[in-house]
Amino acid sequence: MHELSLCESIARAVTREAGGRRVSSVRLRIGALRQVVPDTLVYCWSITSRGPVLDGSVLEIDYVPAAVECRDCGTLSELSRFTLSCSGCGGTAVTVVSGEEMLIVSIDVAEAPEASAIPPA
Amino acid sequence: MGRFHRHDDGTVHSHDHDESSHSHDTEERPGHSHDHGPDDLGDHSGYATGRARIEILEDIFSENDRCAAANRAAFDAAGVRVVNLMSSPGSGKTTLLQRTLAELQDRLRVGIIEGDIETPIDAERLSGYGAQISLLNTGNGFGGECHLDAPMVARALAALDLSTLDLVLIENVGNLVCPAEFDVGEHRKAMVYSITEGEDKPLKYPVMFRSVAAVVVNKMDLAPYLDFDLGLFRRNLATVNPSAEVFELSARTGEGVAAWVAWAVGTSPGR
Repeated sequence: MHELSLCESIARAVTREAGGRRVSSVRLRIGALRQVVPDTLVYCWSITSRGPVLDGSVLEIDYVPAAVECRDCGTLSELSRFTLSCSGCGGTAVTVVSGEEMLIVSIDVAEAPEASAIPPA
Repeated sequence: MGRFHRHDDGTVHSHDHDESSHSHDTEERPGHSHDHGPDDLGDHSGYATGRARIEILEDIFSENDRCAAANRAAFDAAGVRVVNLMSSPGSGKTTLLQRTLAELQDRLRVGIIEGDIETPIDAERLSGYGAQISLLNTGNGFGGECHLDAPMVARALAALDLSTLDLVLIENVGNLVCPAEFDVGEHRKAMVYSITEGEDKPLKYPVMFRSVAAVVVNKMDLAPYLDFDLGLFRRNLATVNPSAEVFELSARTGEGVAAWVAWAVGTSPGR
């Protein structure tokens, strides 16, 4: 629901890291528990990614499934819906081990800074 | 907008096929291949110039979280406990705040950050209890923000004198999705759920129900007129948040409010 404001945060961080070089792709890792709709994020990026550094850049989203680990029997269960229970023993003493990721992993940039992105001397 | 791809490994991404700046370079992603249909005629010639990969590994929320940490440090320095109160619209959040302020009047110095879509009615209802109130303008009369974030709460702090307060209650925007994602610097998150909302709400909004330390079950005075199954609601809540404190109450009649207030101020055992 707040994908647009997430894209604005991503744009600020990516622009800072790019150092004036043109960005071709931005790789994100987003967990299934983070209430983000990937299609919406991609759409919002098309609105947010303006200017010489970000224009034309694409988002690559690694969508990480939610998984829990049982503290009693050690079983690792992938969740298809959000119920905090172990698929092995049915117990509820579980720890969420994946699905909460919300990372900018890396960006691909052109090796030379964009001429148009360099402020005039 | 770009094409959206979903790969066998669960990876999804999109790209515009009318852009020449995107290549399907598999060097850094072994096994990454596309199943393109015959209509995919985009230019995949790759880059004319070299490119570099920059590792970032930064949380998308890090900007917000740094600000939340600064808010929390300010609260701690002033010895103020802060509770972030969330709910769906119409659950009775403002009525509960009104009751809470009435209970605490002359006992504790309370500040309110009113972040829900602002109407003069809410402000009026909360005034007159001796609390400091900071109104955040999150709407323009036609809807508005879907959540509070840490920078908004930082702005709201300008209107509160923390050194003269014991407790700050933040009334978040009525929404069961977005507010759960944003740390605003509170010490505890709580939510108001009302029994007119249906027993399945914890399963529909698990992230919200899981994010809180306490759930207020409001409008209990309506129980005789509804088919609400409290046991089923509690079982549903336990599947997503087994450790949540639950306070059954009626903000309208005041019944059960004292236990909630004790939790909010941090004097009950489960605080």
